[in-house]
Amino acid sequence: MRSVPLLAVTGLLSVTALAACGGEDKPADPNALTITSTDTECEVSKTELAAGSNTFKILNKGTQVTEVYFYGPDGKIVSEKENIGPGTNYDITVSLSSGDQQIACKPGMVGDGIKQNIKVSGQASALDPRLTKAVADYRAYIDAQIADTMAKTQKFAESVKKGDVDGAKALYAQSRFGWESIEPVAEAFGDIDPKVDLREADLESGDTWSGWHKIEKALWVKKTTKGEEGTADQLLADLKTLQDQVHTVDITPASMANGAKELLDEVATGKITGEEEAFSHTDLVDFQANLDGAQKVFELLKPVVVEKDAALDKTLTDGFATLQTLLKKYDEGNGAKTSYDKVKPADRKELSDAVNALAEPLSKLAATVG
Amino acid sequence: MTEENAEKTPVEKTSTEAAGRATGLSRRGVLGAGGAGVLAGAALGAGLVSVARADDSAAPTYGGRIPFHGDHQAGIATPVQDRLHFAAFDVVTTDRARLVAMLREWTIAAEAMTAGRPAGRGAVGGNVLAPPDDTGEALGLDASRLTLTIGFGPSLFGRFGLEGRRPAALVDLPHFPGDRLDPARSGGDLCVQACADDPQVAVHAVRNLARIGFGVVSVRWSQLGFGKTSSTTPDAQTPRNMMGFKDGTENVPGTDAAQLDEHVWATAEDGADWMAGGSYLVARRIRMHIETWDRTGLREQEDIIGRDKGEGAPRGRQKERDKVILEAMKPDAHVRLAHPDTNGGAKILRRGYSFTDGTDGLGRLDAGLFFLAYQRNVTKGFVQIQKSLGADALNEYIQHVGSGVFAVPPGVAKGGFWGDTLFT
Repeated sequence: MRSVPLLAVTGLLSVTALAACGGEDKPADPNALTITSTDTECEVSKTELAAGSNTFKILNKGTQVTEVYFYGPDGKIVSEKENIGPGTNYDITVSLSSGDQQIACKPGMVGDGIKQNIKVSGQASALDPRLTKAVADYRAYIDAQIADTMAKTQKFAESVKKGDVDGAKALYAQSRFGWESIEPVAEAFGDIDPKVDLREADLESGDTWSGWHKIEKALWVKKTTKGEEGTADQLLADLKTLQDQVHTVDITPASMANGAKELLDEVATGKITGEEEAFSHTDLVDFQANLDGAQKVFELLKPVVVEKDAALDKTLTDGFATLQTLLKKYDEGNGAKTSYDKVKPADRKELSDAVNALAEPLSKLAATVG
Repeated sequence: MTEENAEKTPVEKTSTEAAGRATGLSRRGVLGAGGAGVLAGAALGAGLVSVARADDSAAPTYGGRIPFHGDHQAGIATPVQDRLHFAAFDVVTTDRARLVAMLREWTIAAEAMTAGRPAGRGAVGGNVLAPPDDTGEALGLDASRLTLTIGFGPSLFGRFGLEGRRPAALVDLPHFPGDRLDPARSGGDLCVQACADDPQVAVHAVRNLARIGFGVVSVRWSQLGFGKTSSTTPDAQTPRNMMGFKDGTENVPGTDAAQLDEHVWATAEDGADWMAGGSYLVARRIRMHIETWDRTGLREQEDIIGRDKGEGAPRGRQKERDKVILEAMKPDAHVRLAHPDTNGGAKILRRGYSFTDGTDGLGRLDAGLFFLAYQRNVTKGFVQIQKSLGADALNEYIQHVGSGVFAVPPGVAKGGFWGDTLFT
């Protein structure tokens, strides 16, 4: 992972989309929902809402920068928008599920803010059964990937605890594979991701570093496992928490598609640059996992994509095949890949071009199935 | 656009932006005067005549629109704008049909952006689940005299069934003494020259074309230019380059049809029928050794250039546009060696820009001239002049570090596309 989201709200939570800023002069839509944030109040124009996609115009009529949070019936953050300046507004589309829940305005962006109760009823319109199946199959895939990453991390942790540096190094990249293939889902749990996958460069002063990359540094830089025994145990425990909670994540076809795009974004910003695996240089293994995870999503959604946009289907089918072929050049057997520090700039550019070629059309997938 | 901006431009309606393509409204179509603004915009558009056809009476004002369609591509003889973003691309597909399809898409986007409209279905107002077609940073900005000019590099012609279509005039440039060319800043299968009065409009155009091109082309290198160094409008004040001297006083005027025909526009008789009405572009990134130049005495600077620094008058004369007396200049003066009379009458249309890419690792300004020159024949034009400049006293203060040569096809007719004379 690249950054430390305090509140990791990604495409795989129920956030459907964020619209761009708009002028207040727009002709007023009588049905438009507004949230008016002042220094002392958080006024929602309608507090009884229908389940499904709702668009709100947030108006900051206070004197301070504000932010707005949407909490689901379970109290978890469903969506949020920060940094809304005084006198400005912002449109946000949120997918609400049935039940009593809250919207909070936080003038000054501190504290719990001013909460407003809302009641959501009804059911979002029924999904195409093929999409329902895609979501169910994707849940099964997530479970399998987490099980895989846990089994391999178990062995990795055992090597760490035995003091077997070489053994642990050999198991390191593969232990991450399952995680990397579904990472955007895991990022929905804002606290787990930084615990298991934070990079040293993303630490803030006062942060306690834990997770894979802490052990990575010990293995490759300090060349020891000493002192990392606890880190390994904690990593396993954190992954167990993910396994226990992952079924609570709301998954929609659009959020799956956004997750696939985010996996390619991970490649484009973290792996192509070699930042993710700064010590082990196993970036290409993560790359493969990200790519496989994105391709899985596409294949599950494919029956609907073929029907709705055959040209996009062909572009994506070809794009995945091209990138898979390109990545295969770096296979070194048993899932290992060429160490990324050995990949020359011209070859990195070739990989980068192929990622852009796939990620650009992939960004159209969510709207096609959403 | 930030929320703050949205507040400051209360008349602009984002819904109009989205509808811009369908209705033909510009990004600023309804700014200021509401409906009247639309009418004024339409009238302006209708009144424009391509300057490339030597009708300078209708030259667009600063920030206005330069027509995309015409016999020649805009961005050559049309008035030089203030800013540049130049990009060279490698074609990464092997599929000719995909390349042609992209050139068609590029053309549609270029038609829109040069008219001050967003690319595709706009930057806002579309399906909220999809990324907008246009990247949005030019919303609210006018057409800004944006011109987009495409060229094809020598390396394109070995592929895509184009073997045998390479014009003889598109020569590989020879090595010139002093060259220190960086392969990462040289060559390219395609190039796009984006010029505009607002740098954000030029950058927006290249960014959107690059985005449309993902999977078909990949940016090989690009260069920003912040200040024009040459003018194609003789009545305009001659701009100064980073050495502080007026540059391009005797440039080919974009309004002089006879000179353009003689020196700039290619004809079918020049060897490639698909290039008739096109031109050949030489692009050179010329780094200036700014710090040593700045330590050079004024008389020496003026001797090296061959003009005086204040007025720009040739050595021995009083005014900038006084007739040059080559014999009054030192034998190794830059202007003397570059002058048509020294080069068998060779003339090129210069359109270069000053650049400053921050500083290098040694604390020196990474600055110079991004030289762009259009000509009918590269061998008789740039190559001839550059050979002559081998003796240039200025060479102590400059170094050519990037290079490209491109066949720039003729203009696009309505309904046509960039490169259609080559690909159909």
